[in-house]
Amino acid sequence: MSKIKWGFYIFLIPVLLWLFLLIVFPHIDLFVNSFRSQNNLGDSIWSLANYKAFFSDSVYWYTFVRTAVYSILVTFLTFIVTFPVAFYITKVVSVKFSGFLALLLLMPFWVGELVSVYGWMILLRESGIINFFLLKMGIIDTPLKMLYNDISMIIGLVYMSMLFMIVPIMSSLEGMDDSLIEAASDLGASKFTIIRKIVIPHAAPGIVSGSIVVFMLVLGDYLTPDLLGGKNALWFTEQIYNEFIASFNWNEGAAFGFLLLALSTSIIWLALKITNQSFEKAVS
Amino acid sequence: MIRTLPSSKTYKIGYTIFIALFYVFLFAPLIVTCVLAFNNSNFPTLPWKGFTLDWFFANNGQRVGVFEDSDLLSSMYISFETGFYVSVMSLIVGTMGAFLFVQEKFRFKGALYFLALAPLVIPGVILGISILLSSTIAGGFVDQHFGIDIPFLRPSFSLVVLGQFSFITTFVVLVVSAKLKKFDGTLEEAALNLGASRFDVIRLITLPYLKPALIGSFIVSFLMSFGNFNTTLFLVGSDTTLPIDLYSRIRDGSTPVLNAVSFLLIFGTSLLAVFNLIYNNVKNKE
Repeated sequence: MSKIKWGFYIFLIPVLLWLFLLIVFPHIDLFVNSFRSQNNLGDSIWSLANYKAFFSDSVYWYTFVRTAVYSILVTFLTFIVTFPVAFYITKVVSVKFSGFLALLLLMPFWVGELVSVYGWMILLRESGIINFFLLKMGIIDTPLKMLYNDISMIIGLVYMSMLFMIVPIMSSLEGMDDSLIEAASDLGASKFTIIRKIVIPHAAPGIVSGSIVVFMLVLGDYLTPDLLGGKNALWFTEQIYNEFIASFNWNEGAAFGFLLLALSTSIIWLALKITNQSFEKAVS
Repeated sequence: MIRTLPSSKTYKIGYTIFIALFYVFLFAPLIVTCVLAFNNSNFPTLPWKGFTLDWFFANNGQRVGVFEDSDLLSSMYISFETGFYVSVMSLIVGTMGAFLFVQEKFRFKGALYFLALAPLVIPGVILGISILLSSTIAGGFVDQHFGIDIPFLRPSFSLVVLGQFSFITTFVVLVVSAKLKKFDGTLEEAALNLGASRFDVIRLITLPYLKPALIGSFIVSFLMSFGNFNTTLFLVGSDTTLPIDLYSRIRDGSTPVLNAVSFLLIFGTSLLAVFNLIYNNVKNKE
């Protein structure tokens, strides 16, 4: 018996070190430091100044709300784009190809976010590939400005999120019995009804977990908004970066970080409540 | 609508076109990036000016290829090193976590499991700044009270490894516990009854069973680490990883060298994907 206990602690201690040293304590530090600031003498004191700065400056506010709204929009768009693909791979295409098609989906994730973003920059910029072909074909006379706006940013964000939406949806669709669709179709249900009443409810757990992961990734992303959105991206992570790296005001940055964390947690919590799912189930 | 049900022709064609467009969307940026790595032009765009390998091997006044650019090579090497350490550490701790959460019963297990999953919903930027903040505080504290300067608590190679390890481990826990849940417990019981120790059982029975999941999570952990940007950005010191290096180069204005690097990454990961596919096929046939 004592032998088993000994082994148990060998397993437990590294896990505790990981969770407490790298997750719990850093976030406590983040929280505590967001309530610290310097008085006129340069001493560190307790204060609400960091949060006051956030609420009094409309740029911060605007960026915060904008980031939240766009993250929800991107999550929704990602669902719209990937759901038909997930259905196609699991239910429509012949089994011979489904494995291969699913494998191809992994490519953008495997090569990394930076390479994909760079690829989009080459495609969309004024001297880019799409403009080159449009000019060649005589469709336009002057190059279109397609990079550094909200649309290019959304394209990039949807692109990097697709995999994280499609994989959970595919795994819940795989567990669904085809005969349900056959039965409904035999009884005369239209395609739209079948999708709304049978397919979507069965895919719901996958949709919820995919949405949670995508929302979090998009909300906390720095690279894609910065490179594809340009100066107008106004993404909240850029404010955090500015406070930490450019202005070196870590207390303000900590407050911003904590606000972003609170935002993501509360929206995810709300989504779980509405759809009646538990966190442990949704993410595993 | 599904394999067994007939559909109208227009529906089928429309659906197939949508799927084809989706795959074009998926591959357009990658293919364009690869092709332009071989264009004999000083800018990564069309028109096509002929085939060249300059962006890989040249080293004259105007063009420096990837394999001649010592900065790029060193950041590539650092990324490999980071990826190696992160995946080894995540694999060990994540597997330990999976054993704890699936096979053991102890107090606060639920709470601990919840914590272990938390990194999935913590944005990467937040993980980066909170680890930066607490390591700086810890470093300052040690320096002030004991007069010892601990270099790895400042933005550095080891801090990057710790930062990436903190969330990649969660991923390993999930993959390994999913596999472990399907494990037939009677095998372990039989071995224990026959007098094997707990560690022998894990070493001789459970780990061989988990091997495919362990290899898979090692590969994915490595790739997650290799491509990570958002967390690394805040923790990186003078040893820049490849994504950080590429990012600053893209901001300064891009040259086809970046395409050449991207080509190598795309090509390398495709090889890894094919290897993984073949390995799994062989496994399934056995």
